[in-house]
Amino acid sequence: MKVLIRHQKREVEVAGRRRVRDVLAELGINPETVLVIRGTQLLTHDVHLADDDRIELRPVVSGGGA
Amino acid sequence: MRCQKCKGEASVEIRRHHAAFCNEHFVEFFDRQVERSIEGERMFTRDDRVLVVVSGGKDSLALWDVLRRLGYQTTGLYINLGIGEYSHESQRKAEGYAAGQGAELLIADIPHDYGMSVEDFARATGRVSCSACGLSKRYLFNRVAMDRGFPVVATGHNLDDEAAVLLGNLLHWQTEYLARQAPVLQSTHPQFAKKVKPLYRIAERETAAYAVIRGIDYIVEECPNSVGAKSLLYKDALNLLEQAAPGTKQSLYWGFLERGRPLVEALVSPSLRACIHCGQPTTAEVCAFCRMTERAAERMRVRLALASSTPGPTPTPGGGTPAGEDRPETPAPLAEVGRPGRPA
Repeated sequence: MKVLIRHQKREVEVAGRRRVRDVLAELGINPETVLVIRGTQLLTHDVHLADDDRIELRPVVSGGGA
Repeated sequence: MRCQKCKGEASVEIRRHHAAFCNEHFVEFFDRQVERSIEGERMFTRDDRVLVVVSGGKDSLALWDVLRRLGYQTTGLYINLGIGEYSHESQRKAEGYAAGQGAELLIADIPHDYGMSVEDFARATGRVSCSACGLSKRYLFNRVAMDRGFPVVATGHNLDDEAAVLLGNLLHWQTEYLARQAPVLQSTHPQFAKKVKPLYRIAERETAAYAVIRGIDYIVEECPNSVGAKSLLYKDALNLLEQAAPGTKQSLYWGFLERGRPLVEALVSPSLRACIHCGQPTTAEVCAFCRMTERAAERMRVRLALASSTPGPTPTPGGGTPAGEDRPETPAPLAEVGRPGRPA
């Protein structure tokens, strides 16, 4: 499975047939800080992913501040 | 995971509410939270003209989108801060949204109007970039609101933003800042617009989810100047807590509004007067924005004088007139885009 980690500008290959939350844990990413998107669909953390899936981890944390 | 309303497949889980929703019912949830904020805090009504400050990011474009869908009278304001390609790209996102919706968008351009970027302001005055940026944005959106007759300015600050600011203010016991932190800042002077934050009940992850579900094309990349910003450190800390104990951010900020703020809001009631340069309300003789732009312009003049003995036009504070000379009475020039039939 391919995982595009948008804020790190890199794509990694990880084993599929796991839940979203397990993939995030393997990558050391706090689920509070990203959206998980497959195609145009948002995924909850209990969704099972397949070997041939391609997902995007999109950061949600904005910095700076006015 | 199933949507708690229709039992269809959920797309967004909101752990602090023990809830999950499909796209349709998440948008319904989002709308309800925004309406509760607006009505509960008496932010504005459908009769008010609201100036929405848009950065091209998820929060401000989500705010503009939800307010438009809910039938409020809105105009967008994009402020070009002069942060290189990041500013160009974020302006394109704001203009793209406005054009797609047929919505009115005003543009204030700091490099054009002041001859310098906010990065120049920061370098010249020793402020960190986020501070110079925030000061500039607050000054300009208030000035545009006053010049254009908007009684209310709405910004896209969300629950995470507010909780992070609160954490920073608590860590350093900034009691004056604590007293001013609220989802509504009433106009305390005829030249101050009312400022509101209709997304204060909604987490950052939820505004991002709303933007994705609604198909809003926003700038995902972060401002390059935010690297190392304290606000990000505070958000990281809060997100660690949130992961282990859902509802922590909400409890911190909403609890402060309910129980903490009443204790500190009486601490600050500064008397305001008009800045002798720009006329905007300030507690000093010269407002913080004019002080910053003057110092930056002076530093730029010195640098140019050292670089060349030939006199020429120099960047100036306050929008085009050298320091010490009379300031223009006219409002800062603005471009209007996004409405069909209007020149870009």
